[in-house]
Amino acid sequence: MNDMTRVERAVDSKAIKIAANNVQVYYGETHAIKDVNVEIEDKTVTAFIGPSGCGKSTFLRCLNRMNDTIDICRVQGDILLDGEDIYDKRVDPVQLRAKVGMVFQKPNPFPKSIYDNVAYGPRIHGLAKNKAELDEIVEKSLRRGAIWDEVKDRLDAPGTGLSGGQQQRLCIARAVATEPEVLLMDEPCSALDPIATAQVEELIDELRSRYSVVIVTHSMQQAARVSQKTAFFHLGNLVEFGETGQIFTNPEDPRTESYITGRIG
Amino acid sequence: MALSWLLLILLAFAVIGYFAGRSRALASAGGDARDLHSLPSYYGYNVALTALVPALGILVVWLLAQPMIVNSTVAGMIPDHAIPEGADRGLIMSEVRRVSNGLAGAVATGALSEAQAGNADADIAELTQTLKDSGQVLTQEITKPILVAAQKYRSMTSTGTIAMQVIVVIVALFGAAFAYIRTHKEFRARNVVEQGVLALLLLAASIAILTTVGIVLSMFFETLNFFQLHSWKDFFFGSTWAPNFRGGSELSILPLLWGTLYISVIALLVAVPIGLFAAIYLSEYASGATRSIAKPLLEILAGIPTIVYGLFALLTVGPALVSMFGEGGALGVGWMASSNAVLTAGLVMGIMLIPFVSSLSDDIINAVPQSMRDGSLGLGATHSETVRQVVLPAALPGIVGAILLAASRAIGETMIVVMAAGAIAKFSGNPFEAMTTITTRIVSQLTGDTDFASPETLVAFALGLTLFIITLGLNIFALYIVRKYREQYE
Repeated sequence: MNDMTRVERAVDSKAIKIAANNVQVYYGETHAIKDVNVEIEDKTVTAFIGPSGCGKSTFLRCLNRMNDTIDICRVQGDILLDGEDIYDKRVDPVQLRAKVGMVFQKPNPFPKSIYDNVAYGPRIHGLAKNKAELDEIVEKSLRRGAIWDEVKDRLDAPGTGLSGGQQQRLCIARAVATEPEVLLMDEPCSALDPIATAQVEELIDELRSRYSVVIVTHSMQQAARVSQKTAFFHLGNLVEFGETGQIFTNPEDPRTESYITGRIG
Repeated sequence: MALSWLLLILLAFAVIGYFAGRSRALASAGGDARDLHSLPSYYGYNVALTALVPALGILVVWLLAQPMIVNSTVAGMIPDHAIPEGADRGLIMSEVRRVSNGLAGAVATGALSEAQAGNADADIAELTQTLKDSGQVLTQEITKPILVAAQKYRSMTSTGTIAMQVIVVIVALFGAAFAYIRTHKEFRARNVVEQGVLALLLLAASIAILTTVGIVLSMFFETLNFFQLHSWKDFFFGSTWAPNFRGGSELSILPLLWGTLYISVIALLVAVPIGLFAAIYLSEYASGATRSIAKPLLEILAGIPTIVYGLFALLTVGPALVSMFGEGGALGVGWMASSNAVLTAGLVMGIMLIPFVSSLSDDIINAVPQSMRDGSLGLGATHSETVRQVVLPAALPGIVGAILLAASRAIGETMIVVMAAGAIAKFSGNPFEAMTTITTRIVSQLTGDTDFASPETLVAFALGLTLFIITLGLNIFALYIVRKYREQYE
C-alpha cells in the first residue's frame, strides 16, 4: 500500500485522452453496458475492475471498435479520442486500431518468427522506409516490451516457441511497434504465472511514461499495484471511478466496498 | 443342421448364460446388488460373452479352413491322367464340387438314397441320368475319378461340418460353464467385460489393417508373376505402351504415368484455386446463413458418382471445348480434334476435386483460433490483410496436406479418365490431344476375355501396385507435412 501513496502523488491534472459519454452496448437483446461515462487520462494507467460478466471487457473493446467484428453488437453514445468521435462514419476502424493498440487475455503470437511478429504492424502501416529502419523499430519495440535481452539472439525463432510470459511481452512489443497512443490490455496476466505477471506489471508501469494504458483485471491487487485510476463495473454499470487509492481505501459506493472486501463477486 | 440353427443355439446359450450369471451373482451376494463388485448385468454379460466369443471365433476359422483343406485333399486324389487336355485341376475341382452338390441335392429330394450316393461302384450313366432327372446341374460327363472325388468331397465336408457343430457347441458350453463357476460377488466382472470389449475393438481395427495388407500382397504376387514374364526394365524405363495379345508387347508405364500426371496437374490447377478461394470465402466472409446453404451444396458435389462426372465430360465439357478450340470453332484455331482430350478429363476432374479441397481447407481455416484474427485486427490490419498474412500462413500446412490428398485422388481416379481422356498412350505436351492414364489401362487390360497367364493381363497388377505405391507415398508425405508444420497455438 506504500506503493499507492507514491502513485497518488504521481497523478496530477493531465490531458483527457478518451472521453466516453452515455455509452450503451447491446448484444442482440441484452443490454451489456448501461450509460457509462468515463474519462481516461493521458500517460496514466486506468484499471477496470469488477466481477465476471460485468461488462468491463466489452467496454474496453468499444474503445478500439473491436466489437465491430461481432455482428450482433451495437454501440450507442459517444466515445471521443482526443475530442474526435471514434464511432463517426469518417473514422476508419482499421486506422483507429493502429492508434489504440490492444493486448489480449491469452498471449496470441502469430505463427511467424519473433521478428515478423513485431514487424507485422509497422509493415502493414508502412512505418519503415527500409530494412534498417524496420530493424530499428523491432529492436526498440522489443526493448520497450522488456524482452529484447531474452530474444535478441533468436529473432528468427518462431514466436510460438517462447514461454507464456515471454509470449505476452512479445505481444505487448508487437502492439507497441505500431506507435499507438493508447494501449488496451484485456486481463493480460490471467494466463501467466506470478513471476511473468510481475514482469508484465513492471512493464506496464514503464509504458505509462509514453502511453495511456487501460487494463482490465480480475486481480484487485494488480489494479492497486499498477493503476492510478480505477473504474469499478457492476452488472453493466460504471459504479465508481476515481483515484486508485481512493477506490481501495475509501470507496464511496457500498457496492464497491462490498466487492473489494470480497462480499460480492 | 444348418448354420443358422447353430447360430441360434449359440445365441440361446448366451441369453441363458446372461440370466444364469446374473442371478448367480445376485445369489452370492444374498440378493443385495450393492455387495457385488460390479453391476449384476456385468456378470451376465461375462457369462454370455465367454460362451459366445470363443465359439464364434472357432466357427469362423473352421468355415474358412475347412473348404481349403477338403479341396486340397480331394484335388490330390485326382490322378493326372484323369485331367483332360486343355483343362487344369481347378476346372476339374469345380466339376467335382458340382457333382458333390448334385449328389447332396438328389439325396435331399429323395431321388437317391444315402447308400446310392456313396456307392463308388455305381453305374455312372445311370447316376448321371438320375441326377439330371432330379434337376441337378451338371455340365460335363461324370467320369469315374470325378465321381470318386465328388463322393470323397461330400463325405469329408459332411464329417467336417458335423465335427464343427459338435466342437462349437462344446466350446460354447465350456465357456459358459467356466464363466458361470467363476461368478461370485468378489469376481471383477466389470473389468473382465471391458477387457473383452477392448479385444473386440482391437479385432475390428486389425481386420481393416489386415485387409489392406492382404490387398497389397495379392497385388504383389501377381506383379511378381508379371515380372517373370516381362522385363522390368521395359516396364519401368521403356518408352512405348503397345500391348499385343499375340505376344511381343511393349508394356512401359512411363507414357501412362505421364498422362496420369498431366491430367492430375490440370485437375489440381482447376481445383486448388477455386476450392481454396471458396473455402476462404465460406470460412472468413460468408454470413452464417450463406454458409449454412453454400457448404452443404458444395459437399453435394463430392457425393456425385464419378461416372456421372464422366458423362458430363463426355456429353457437355468435351463438345463445348471442341466448339471452342476445334476445327471451325469459336476461336478458329483448330487445335482440338476430338472431345476426348487431356483438357476435358482434367477440367472435369478438377470440378470433382473442388469440394474435396474446399471442405478440408474450410475446416483447417476454421481451426485457426479466433485470437490470431483478433491479434491482427487489434494491430490495425484489415480483414483481408489478416486473412492473407495471418490466417492463411497459419493454415498453410493443413492446406498443403489437403492439396496432396486431392492429388492422390486425382491420380487414382478412374471413371472420368476412362470416359474422357482417350486411349492413346504417348508423351505429348499438348492438352488438346487424347492421352491415357494408368487407371484407364488397368480397366482395358482386364475387361473382355482375359487369360491370367499372359503379361498383357498381368501388367494390370504391376500398374495397380505402382499406382498404389505412388498414392500411398503422396498420402504419407501429406500426413508428414501436416504433422510437422502443425502450429502449436498454445
